[in-house]
Amino acid sequence: MSALTEKIVIVGAGQAGGRAAEALRLAGHTGPLTLIGEENEPPYERPALSKGVLLGTEAESSTHVLPRAAYAERNITLRLGTWVEAIAPAAQRLLLSDGEWMAYDKLLLCTGSRVRPLHGVPDIAGVHYLRTLADCRRLKADLQPGAQMIIVGGGFIGLEIASTALKRGVTVSVVERQPFLLERVVPRAIAAAVQDLHRSRGVTLHLNTAAVEILGDRRVTGIRLADGRVLPAGIVLIGIGILPNTELAEAAGAASDDGVIVDEFGRTTLPNVYAAGDVTSHPNPILGRRLRLESWQNAQNQAITVARNMLGGNVPYAEVPWFWSDQLDTNIQMVGAASPDAEVHWRGDPASGRAMAFAWEDGRLRYAVAFNNGAELRFARKLIERGADVSPDLLCNPGRKLKDIAGAAIQAA
Amino acid sequence: MAWHVVPGAEALGEDEIVGLKIDGVDVAVCRHDGAYHAFQNVCTHQYALLSDGFVEDGCIECPLHQARFDIKTGQPQCAPASVPIRIFPVKVEDGRVYVDLDGGKG
Repeated sequence: MSALTEKIVIVGAGQAGGRAAEALRLAGHTGPLTLIGEENEPPYERPALSKGVLLGTEAESSTHVLPRAAYAERNITLRLGTWVEAIAPAAQRLLLSDGEWMAYDKLLLCTGSRVRPLHGVPDIAGVHYLRTLADCRRLKADLQPGAQMIIVGGGFIGLEIASTALKRGVTVSVVERQPFLLERVVPRAIAAAVQDLHRSRGVTLHLNTAAVEILGDRRVTGIRLADGRVLPAGIVLIGIGILPNTELAEAAGAASDDGVIVDEFGRTTLPNVYAAGDVTSHPNPILGRRLRLESWQNAQNQAITVARNMLGGNVPYAEVPWFWSDQLDTNIQMVGAASPDAEVHWRGDPASGRAMAFAWEDGRLRYAVAFNNGAELRFARKLIERGADVSPDLLCNPGRKLKDIAGAAIQAA
Repeated sequence: MAWHVVPGAEALGEDEIVGLKIDGVDVAVCRHDGAYHAFQNVCTHQYALLSDGFVEDGCIECPLHQARFDIKTGQPQCAPASVPIRIFPVKVEDGRVYVDLDGGKG
């Protein structure tokens, strides 16, 4: 049987699942194609849930990966409100939540991730997490002018929600256990610039302290910090990270280690079972190590690459990680990866609102960030991709165009 | 036909791009292979100005999500874009660059 006519089932109808289905049809797959999703929504992208959709400036439909009608037009069967209870890999069948057994020739797992719960949190009004459109609707209803909000967790999701809440007239405090915001994800020098931005706009930061208790009976009234202080709040948002949904694959016998293990083509350790998106631990040949990425780029591009490989393609997924965030009228874009103590050099002053920073490790450029300067980031991406040898003095010389510096360094590499 | 002059476009270098508003419409004009091209300046995926992006290999790359569009046909070249951008006719007269908003296609 040709790969183009095989029966393909995609488990997980998020951004990765939706993009994979689209890519399969674009690549000529004409066989039966089913997309199974637990939420009662067609595949959608999540970035705007903490920004435009939460603020009310963007419609929910703007997040859809494909227009609703496109699935029927492309003969993609959407099974929403449905989840997979088990995979029988030897029989190549799935047990669905409604009791149906569904056969597959090839299976793609795009089960994504879920919020990391804060232990001991009472189920009372005013306490929120943000992962789904339904979460977004509930939080949006609570963001009323004059409300007081505490955000537990100083990561990107929390800081974006802080920015949106401020725009809605809400007073915002952020509580972060670590001494810096964004501790797991950016070098400290860059976190410091983000901290300055938030403080300058009136966000209160409580760093190096943990939230130990959420107070309130039927509705939240505040939180207690580890040092005993009580902060009053009518809204508490918990944003302390996400966890990959690996259980289904693990129960079927797939190898898993902080993500379902896939190779560079997206193959799991089970025959005819592939995985893409947040849930995967995949090798990155440019960085030379395994990664699990929680990003829009990975959800889209790994899914597209793996979908093509399911049809007989042989292309490894190999991109420099790229991520963006919008906070307080600042578009922050990052490429590469660097540890918290990486050596950072600035091109421009972040306090001016527009700047770039670069991080070196072991003498190599590994990471770059652009504040309101996304168009220039492409040069840094190319330098990192090619492993070009470029010094801080050269890259941070404001008298020379980044395009020219990068062009010369790449030619020399 | 209503031709609008694009001030300063004649000074664009190869693969340089400028954005402007004409009658409330966001328009981008770029120079590629020595010729001028004009198209809608707002990405069809999500709001971003393509004139903040990058012209390369005959395509404009959006600065926000790296969607790419062919600057001659407007056709999207990769995800996340699936809807083409509008292309506007361009003419050069007496060394100045003009765009016709009514003649757009796509």
